Amino acid sequence: MTRTQLAILPVLVPLIGALLQPIAAVWTRRLASPLAALTAVTSASVAVVGVIEVMRRGTIRYAVGGWEPPWGIEIVLDPLSAYTLAVTALISAVSVLAVGAPVHRLYGDDAPVYYALVLLFVAAVHGMVVSGDLFNVFVFLEVSAISSYALIASGGGSALIAAFRYVVMGTIGASFYLLGVGCLYAITGTLNMADLHGRLPALTSSSVYHGGVAFLLVGLAVKMGLFPLHGWVPEAYGRAPSAAAAVVAAIGTKAAAYVVARLLFSVLPPTSAMGAVLLAAGSLAVLTGAVQAVRQVQPSRLLAFSSISQIGYIAIGLGLGGRGGLLAAYLLITGDAIAKAGLFLLLAQREGKPRAAISRASLPAFTAAALLGASVAGLPPTIGFFAKWQLLVAAWSAGHAWVIAVAIAGSLLALVYIYRFVAGFWAVTADDSAWWRRALIVAPLGLALGGVAAGLANAWLGALVAGAVRGGQ
Amino acid sequence: MTAYPYWIAIAIMCLGLHTMMAHRNLLKKAVGMTIFQTAIILFFLVMSIKRGATLPIVSAGVSDPAAYMNPLPHALMLTAIVVMVATSGVALAILVQLYARYGTLEEDAIAQQIAGEDVPAA
Repeated sequence: MTRTQLAILPVLVPLIGALLQPIAAVWTRRLASPLAALTAVTSASVAVVGVIEVMRRGTIRYAVGGWEPPWGIEIVLDPLSAYTLAVTALISAVSVLAVGAPVHRLYGDDAPVYYALVLLFVAAVHGMVVSGDLFNVFVFLEVSAISSYALIASGGGSALIAAFRYVVMGTIGASFYLLGVGCLYAITGTLNMADLHGRLPALTSSSVYHGGVAFLLVGLAVKMGLFPLHGWVPEAYGRAPSAAAAVVAAIGTKAAAYVVARLLFSVLPPTSAMGAVLLAAGSLAVLTGAVQAVRQVQPSRLLAFSSISQIGYIAIGLGLGGRGGLLAAYLLITGDAIAKAGLFLLLAQREGKPRAAISRASLPAFTAAALLGASVAGLPPTIGFFAKWQLLVAAWSAGHAWVIAVAIAGSLLALVYIYRFVAGFWAVTADDSAWWRRALIVAPLGLALGGVAAGLANAWLGALVAGAVRGGQ
Repeated sequence: MTAYPYWIAIAIMCLGLHTMMAHRNLLKKAVGMTIFQTAIILFFLVMSIKRGATLPIVSAGVSDPAAYMNPLPHALMLTAIVVMVATSGVALAILVQLYARYGTLEEDAIAQQIAGEDVPAA
């Protein structure tokens, strides 16, 4: 194995793992869970090795099939993509390791289907993160979307209609993105991000350029569930099985947010109009998402509306721009991915159980819920606090004082809905005694502690992301 | 006038988008989705058209690259068609399940039944 292959391995490992699932299921279905765990852990290890390698020796570029860019497809593992890749790979690995019991309870003999779809989703998200080619991003965007449609629909009943509405909205989003890619290709004749970055500044007066950028951003805004294009989120994530939401809701919309960050900072020439739109949409998302979350009675819908609100914060970070805004956006992406994976895993623990079995309070579950919730609301010492602090600093230095008011209002509302969510956790049982069932509670707790550790290590993380931002530009 | 194929593609696109948004029948939404995606494929293919150019296969005596049509949009759209087929497949599979469960594909009728299911659970 050579150094350059490190860039593509985090895509290939889960992809091969997904293909192995149905093959292994031909003779035994008991292998599904261990095989998925092995795949996820391998891809996470490769991603971590990748981030260390990139930090030590610089950006890795891999030409797929030996076709040199800009003609061929390029895979780029620079500090920004390596960091995001490591975060998503670790979170998805924790989720896959932890969902064994609920997946067994919900899917029974169909567990290999669940694992195949989750691994396919993870492979596609990794592909979106490392791809250096606009059209390639579209393909991975759709592979991840198609696997999440199927995962959400696997809830049956009302989840089916939620999944269908998501298919319709998701397809509109992807098609708009594709249309935008077409517009940029028509004026530049290239799809390679680095190549586009060099050619686009000379073309900013073209109306095709402005149309193309608008299509790209509207398409991605649908995919990241940004206000006012968030209509599909509460239904899709609220009605999906929590075992599926632990992966799909945790990293799905954030991957689209990452692509927006990539476009704004590494592809498109800087413009102020885009920032203003993202700031406005993000601020409205923070407030409407949080207000709606407070009003929910169903915990999964509450988390879905919280995601809309948190995506708003990320959009504000991207809209503020500059190194500070981008740093805040990356910390927020990390923080919310950790928090949502942990909180949905907690919900997965009691899903599909009879009401009578949910009786005894579980201290670890409560602790995990409280810590993860603190991160969502932005309380120290979690990563959520440092991410939002970073956002306030960026807003202040950019001269947008009103953004600070919006962010604080969103956090106060988050305290209310997180209190309602956590209070519900006094009623969660810990009746399973087998250690592998207890792993389910260890995972959210681990994620919660990870969130705290990331919060305490925020100076290091900040330096890493700041270095990454410099490297990415 | 050379831009008119683009306008045709955009007109078909709007037709598909309208079908997806306005119709209450889920199967018609799926049909609209296919029309919408096909229009985008048409949009890309129009870009590669060049009058008087030949097929993008290297042939003896033609050394000027401008004499060939651009093969890349076609290659891209082959991939996009695969994506489209997979999306339609998942959409139709969900519709089959919905019909088996609720006995209708009218969105309002299904929403009514779901509202009925949700109330006792809450």
